[in-house]
Amino acid sequence: MAYVLHPTGNKGGGDPSHAVIQLKPDGTYVLLIGAMDLGQGAPTILRQVAADALGVPIEKILVSNYDNLLPLSVSTSGSRVTLIDPHAVVNAAEDLKRQIREWFAQQHEANPEDVEIEGETVYVRGDRERTVMTMEQVAMGAAWGGGYEPASLIGRGAWQPGKYHAHDPETGEMPNVGAISFGAALAEVEVDTETGTVDVLRFAQVWEVGKAINPLLVRQQINGGYCIGAGFALTESCYPYFPSVEYAPEKMGDYFMPTFEDYPQQMIFGIEEVPHPNGVQGAKGFSEGSASGPPPAIASAIHDAIGVWITEFPITPEVILRALEAKQAGVES
Amino acid sequence: MKQQVLTFILNGEEVAVLVTPTETLLDVLRERLQITGPKRGCDDGECGACTVLLDGEPVRSCLTLALTVEGRTVTTVEGLMVKGELDRLQKAFYERGAFQCGFCTPGMLMVAKSLLAKNPNPSRDEIRSYMAGNLCRCGSYEEIIEAIQAVAAGEY
Repeated sequence: MAYVLHPTGNKGGGDPSHAVIQLKPDGTYVLLIGAMDLGQGAPTILRQVAADALGVPIEKILVSNYDNLLPLSVSTSGSRVTLIDPHAVVNAAEDLKRQIREWFAQQHEANPEDVEIEGETVYVRGDRERTVMTMEQVAMGAAWGGGYEPASLIGRGAWQPGKYHAHDPETGEMPNVGAISFGAALAEVEVDTETGTVDVLRFAQVWEVGKAINPLLVRQQINGGYCIGAGFALTESCYPYFPSVEYAPEKMGDYFMPTFEDYPQQMIFGIEEVPHPNGVQGAKGFSEGSASGPPPAIASAIHDAIGVWITEFPITPEVILRALEAKQAGVES
Repeated sequence: MKQQVLTFILNGEEVAVLVTPTETLLDVLRERLQITGPKRGCDDGECGACTVLLDGEPVRSCLTLALTVEGRTVTTVEGLMVKGELDRLQKAFYERGAFQCGFCTPGMLMVAKSLLAKNPNPSRDEIRSYMAGNLCRCGSYEEIIEAIQAVAAGEY
């Protein structure tokens, strides 16, 4: 078993993300983000956040993160995107709504503060019947002019966590500027003491993620993290044939990453939600942490099975057999 | 190098294409026919991302010389969709999130298709064993196994 505390985001001092949302003439929105997608689904999550912030169906939002003419997101690293980028998206949505209110007020000779945006309906409070327009009409009017003043309605937003201060050495306290996600991993293993092979029979991993904006993506990250972590724990090595560097892997086939057959008979995952004050809707990142759980969990299960603490990775059959030999030698001496 | 005409059935339609003897099926599909579903991962037969069905059997297209498929039937992921309708496996993969980056998915789908054709109701161990030649670095194995099981159970 292993517990993981996984800090997410780089705690200020230079970890911002930016976002842009443009209202298109047909009443749809283009969300521009810098967060790269490696398969973890950042554009999906940020599209969900934008839809919520604007109060419109997700189908109305087209997301683009596919070229370099886009706003900055410091990186897809440190499990930071789900914690930080949603703030930039929400800020961009608020900026866009402010511009819509201003434009709308100008057309109807009203105060921007009196302009109400209810999802895809816009009107002046107290004068709804006369002023009400759909967002599509607003978008068309602002884009094409006609009887209205043309305007470029493009919201911009940026955000970064507060400045980082280290833990207080006396109390262990840390200012609540970033976020830490918490995980627990349990492994059940079978060790063949003759060949040294380790078979993970069952594996369970539970993560507290603040808020699972997209539970399917969270699940994928938990189970996918097992793959990375189990490879680190048991098989993956750049120098598998010690000691000479000439025998380093040259091809995928030399670098033993887990396959279907290395997967346990049973995989269990769990998601816990305790909304975090620094996250949009309480969400924080956790993904890389799910790769940190399996190695110590598997190592401690091996200790439980054969009574030896292994302190190096990967725990190859050779490592197991050497450890058993050392244990035997210790007993005999 | 001298080019020859290669004729085969690709996703239900006969195609004829000029190829050289050293070109692999993957080269011809991707470079000459713009069939980019099969992916070039390792180009070495180790990852399975280039898997296609040759007369219904999964093969590594990166290890298959193109001229050896003369007159035979090749199915790629592009051929799984029938009349605009996704294959049951595609639906299950999509709805159950059986991929993350998606690079391995075309190969996974073709091997899974072949598995279910041979064994309509495979156990978890049978799925793990049959699919083991296809690698997924994102680690979506669990979701892939469940998607195949769901198709086998008639949920799609």
